[in-house]
Amino acid sequence: MTTALVFLTETAENLGKAQRELLSLGARFEQTLVAVPGDASESLRAELGRYGVATVYTAAVDPEIFAQPLVELLDAAIAAGQPELVLTGNDPLSREAAARVAVRREAGIVTDATDVSADLLISKDELAGSYGAQVKVASQPALVALKPNSVDDAPAEAASTPEVVSLPLAEVDAPQVRVLGAEPKPVSTRPALNEARVVVAGGRGVNGDFSPVEDLADALGAAVGASRAATDAGWISHDAQVGQTGVTVSPQLYISAGISGAIQQKAGMQTSKVIVAVNKDADAPVFEIADLGIVGDLAKVLPQAAEEIRRRQA
Amino acid sequence: MSEDNSNALKIVVLVKHVPDVQFDRHIDAQTLRIERGESTLSELDEYAIEAALAIIEAHGGAAAGHEVIAATMGGSNASGAVKKALQMGATSGVHLNDEALAGSDVLATSKALAALIEKIGDVDLVVTGMSSTDAETSVVPAQLAERLGWAQLTQASSVEFDQATNTLVISRDSATQRLRLSASLPAVLSVTDQANEPRYPNFKGIMAAKKKSTTELSVADLALDAAAVGPEGSRSTVVQAEAHPAREAGTVITDSGEAGIALVDFLAAQKLI
Ligand SMILES: Cc1cc2nc3c(=O)[nH]c(=O)nc-3n(C[C@H](O)[C@H](O)[C@H](O)COP(=O)(O)OP(=O)(O)OC[C@H]3O[C@@H](n4cnc5c(N)ncnc54)[C@H](O)[C@@H]3O)c2cc1C
Ligand SMILES: Nc1ncnc2c1ncn2[C@@H]1O[C@H](COP(=O)(O)O)[C@@H](O)[C@H]1O
Repeated sequence: MTTALVFLTETAENLGKAQRELLSLGARFEQTLVAVPGDASESLRAELGRYGVATVYTAAVDPEIFAQPLVELLDAAIAAGQPELVLTGNDPLSREAAARVAVRREAGIVTDATDVSADLLISKDELAGSYGAQVKVASQPALVALKPNSVDDAPAEAASTPEVVSLPLAEVDAPQVRVLGAEPKPVSTRPALNEARVVVAGGRGVNGDFSPVEDLADALGAAVGASRAATDAGWISHDAQVGQTGVTVSPQLYISAGISGAIQQKAGMQTSKVIVAVNKDADAPVFEIADLGIVGDLAKVLPQAAEEIRRRQA
Repeated sequence: MSEDNSNALKIVVLVKHVPDVQFDRHIDAQTLRIERGESTLSELDEYAIEAALAIIEAHGGAAAGHEVIAATMGGSNASGAVKKALQMGATSGVHLNDEALAGSDVLATSKALAALIEKIGDVDLVVTGMSSTDAETSVVPAQLAERLGWAQLTQASSVEFDQATNTLVISRDSATQRLRLSASLPAVLSVTDQANEPRYPNFKGIMAAKKKSTTELSVADLALDAAAVGPEGSRSTVVQAEAHPAREAGTVITDSGEAGIALVDFLAAQKLI
């Protein structure tokens, strides 16, 4: 029997798409456990029940101490549940907490994972998604950070009523990192960039005006992305940056507009299912990886496409 | 040079020698390891070097006894990464070079690097890049903090150090919030490409680097058992690796007034709308 523990570092009103994918992958194993900070609300428990979760480990965590309480929570949940597999998000905080637990337990950690087989062979991307690798972990547990958009959201066949177990955490005695301030970012009505099915991204070619990119994104129900040239110019928040040092995306559709396609940009989007590029330079490298390339002015092509989509949907 | 100066900062900046991202990179089909030709200093580690230099320069620089030691773990060519750091302004270099280290996973890598930092001794601060551009795990710094028992200040998009209180304050962004975090030294700091603008080595720096020393160390020098690192000390093993089929250029059309419609036709044909 294989037990999988899904580690959630936070929960909003509803589970996010990436979190549901973690739970779906966890539900493929004989027993699924969850570790989550705070007290698991009734609605959270009901949602977790849809994925057949047997037990939810919770613990009060001090929001004024960075990361460390999450490390203690994950470590205690592993001690309590003895999972063979731990599944976490691929975001920096989840990875780092898992990595610290890996040190304590002399365990293997695999990041950028895309799947885990029944016999715990882990599929992952290597070299910015240009290779796919299979990795074996020789420790219990194997710690795995799963890339969003890797598995289908599939609730368990039989729902469960998870048991809630509150874990007493060890006093944090390690040097503490204090949270001096936490400034919430504006909440967008668009899908989260790393989870979105469709991304429309703009680069230096938007020349200061992201509205054609945003308008097409809204017609498609898409997230808005950007190149570093566009975020560095201050035309859009750094949070929108796609690439090596920004967000890695793997959507069904990536529309690149006014982006040349530098190696660091490609590193964050080349595993997209379908790529469409709009660029006025026929020699732009982005055309080498685009399924459809349009040599043209984004300020003309994007609004026309958005209007056509709305016309067909009307 | 600064052993007796208790106010002097001893900073280790970790630099990695990696295959150049500007070229095609490959995983060797036999060894399942990344091929290491055409290698260079990981570009994201330049931000770490810059952050370390900026901290000491703001507090009197090398003249005040502060040191920035560039350290790497890797094969013989990896000294190239240290050399670039010395040219940028690091004070001295350390190169951990041992056959036994080849094939280390992140767990074994962080073990060796932690032992290296302990060997260097009296270190106040370790600065790293946000991610190596080959392994791309971003977790070596967190594992170092855990192993050393030091504060973890990672993924910093801005850094301030106050020597009077021995405190580092950083900004760290997540998808939903911007955090301001603070901790006392010793600490492990990793910086993003938002943190600064790395300097280029100038002529003076390149000449000065020729006179700087780099110490070579082996696993035995660290009092580490060879079985603690390399494949034996690793808990994850790549058993298969295959290049994804290269993306090919698809249809390219030139807009003559109707390309927006053609785009929508394409999406409809692909069942994307
Ligand atoms: C350490 C490091 C990390 C980096 N990380 C990232 C990263 O994460 N993400 C990232 O994107 N970049 C990253 N970069 C930067 C990257 O190297 C490129 O500089 C950047 O991607 C270029 O952005 P761009 O394509 O928008 O701009 P440019 O390269 O200037 O290209 C603009 C394109 O727009 C086209 N264009 C202009 N006007 C129009 C128009 N009206 N209609 C249509 N097309 C038009 C032009 O033909 C051109 O191809 C990084 C660089 C470094 C050194
Ligand atoms: N072999 C190495 N030698 C020196 N520094 C390293 C090595 N591996 C990782 N690092 C440091 O750790 C950071 C994060 O690397 P990684 O966790 O591999 O993504 C890098 O930016 C380096 O600063």
